[in-house]
Amino acid sequence: MLLGFLVLIALAAIRLHDLFAVVMLFGVYSLMTAALFMDLDAVDVAFTEAAVGAGVTTVLMLSSLRLTGRWEQRSKHSPLVPLIVVGVTGAALIYGTLDAPLLGDPNAPVHQHVAPRYIEQGAAEVGMPNMVTAVLASYRGYDTFGETVVIFTAGLAVLLLLGIQENPEAKPGRAAIGDQLVLRVVVKMLIPLILLYALYVQFHGDYGAGGGFQAGVIFATGFVLYDLVFGEGNARLVVPPRWLHRLAALGVLIYGGVGLVSLLDGKAFLDYSVLSHDPVHGQHLGVLLVELGVGITVFSVILAIFYALSGRRRVS
Amino acid sequence: MNAVIDWFSGFCMLGGGFLCITGGVGLLRLPDFFSRVHAAGVTETLAAPLLLTGLMLQMDWSLDLFKVLMILFLVLATNPTATHAMAKAALHGGYLQKARGAEHAAEEDASSKA
Repeated sequence: MLLGFLVLIALAAIRLHDLFAVVMLFGVYSLMTAALFMDLDAVDVAFTEAAVGAGVTTVLMLSSLRLTGRWEQRSKHSPLVPLIVVGVTGAALIYGTLDAPLLGDPNAPVHQHVAPRYIEQGAAEVGMPNMVTAVLASYRGYDTFGETVVIFTAGLAVLLLLGIQENPEAKPGRAAIGDQLVLRVVVKMLIPLILLYALYVQFHGDYGAGGGFQAGVIFATGFVLYDLVFGEGNARLVVPPRWLHRLAALGVLIYGGVGLVSLLDGKAFLDYSVLSHDPVHGQHLGVLLVELGVGITVFSVILAIFYALSGRRRVS
Repeated sequence: MNAVIDWFSGFCMLGGGFLCITGGVGLLRLPDFFSRVHAAGVTETLAAPLLLTGLMLQMDWSLDLFKVLMILFLVLATNPTATHAMAKAALHGGYLQKARGAEHAAEEDASSKA
């Protein structure tokens, strides 16, 4: 049922030429995907998909639409060659799934390799009720470090291409939306709750769903909301753009620094058990620090991209 | 007492479901932007809280009940605001004139035919 909806939305997004509607459809698509993940009991992934896909990406796409224009242009080349490429690739992928084990098959190789150890030993070795956080931040710390660096690089690329421009129109104390009094009051009420929730997600990731990625996105959403409703000048007064570069680097630095500390203490890179006398306690501390680094990087990169896009629209 | 609660919760959920359907129909069938916003607003502001209230009445006293209550507050705070902001933005964008213009045109059509 949900998959059917996904296919319908995808088809509609391809057919439509109004990019505004397409962006909205993508938001709905992400929300559907989040529901699908929820259905598969992957709470953390669903959380990420809802926060990133349905929340922040929609805003970023809309602000880039302000730069490019609302209607899709007709493409000049014929669609035949791309169609053939897509068809062949799709056929190859479908052929590949014939050999793959069934979904949820307990004897599939992926469930036999390291997963049993994570599930059985995870509680004793890392000491965390949320298995996803244990795998993400401790067992697979290298991968997550890589992901954080990828996000940092993406932010860097956007800043190099666009840059955050000083907007002479955006003075502090000037609202973007004229007389939306109700909106302003409600948003003022909501922003503290959003920020508090982000902090909860950040520091409660060991126990419940969530972690640095989600928390960073939610934290950035609070500031994006503030920017949209109370004007750019005010938002830039709260978080100046020049901080964001440093914050993004600081997050990666915290993550890598934790790894280096364990390296200097004679263990493997990102082996957190050296951080405290008790190995399990050390794991806890390490995961907390690492998640904090991830959260800071994600937050500042998303806010920097938003600043870069929104600051540009009035200039061009 | 339990029967009363059950009846009330059933009433809330049925009412919420009915309003959801009418809201959906209204969103598709109503003629101009503002009446459509009204249809969407009814769905968001009345139907969703009714459904949540009905669900809460079916639950035991627990943390989950409190969570649904929080969701209810969030929905009640955000949805009417979103509808209001949308309608106001449309007013600024000159949609009211367009809607009125279409109405006038329809009236003139009718009077010229009569």
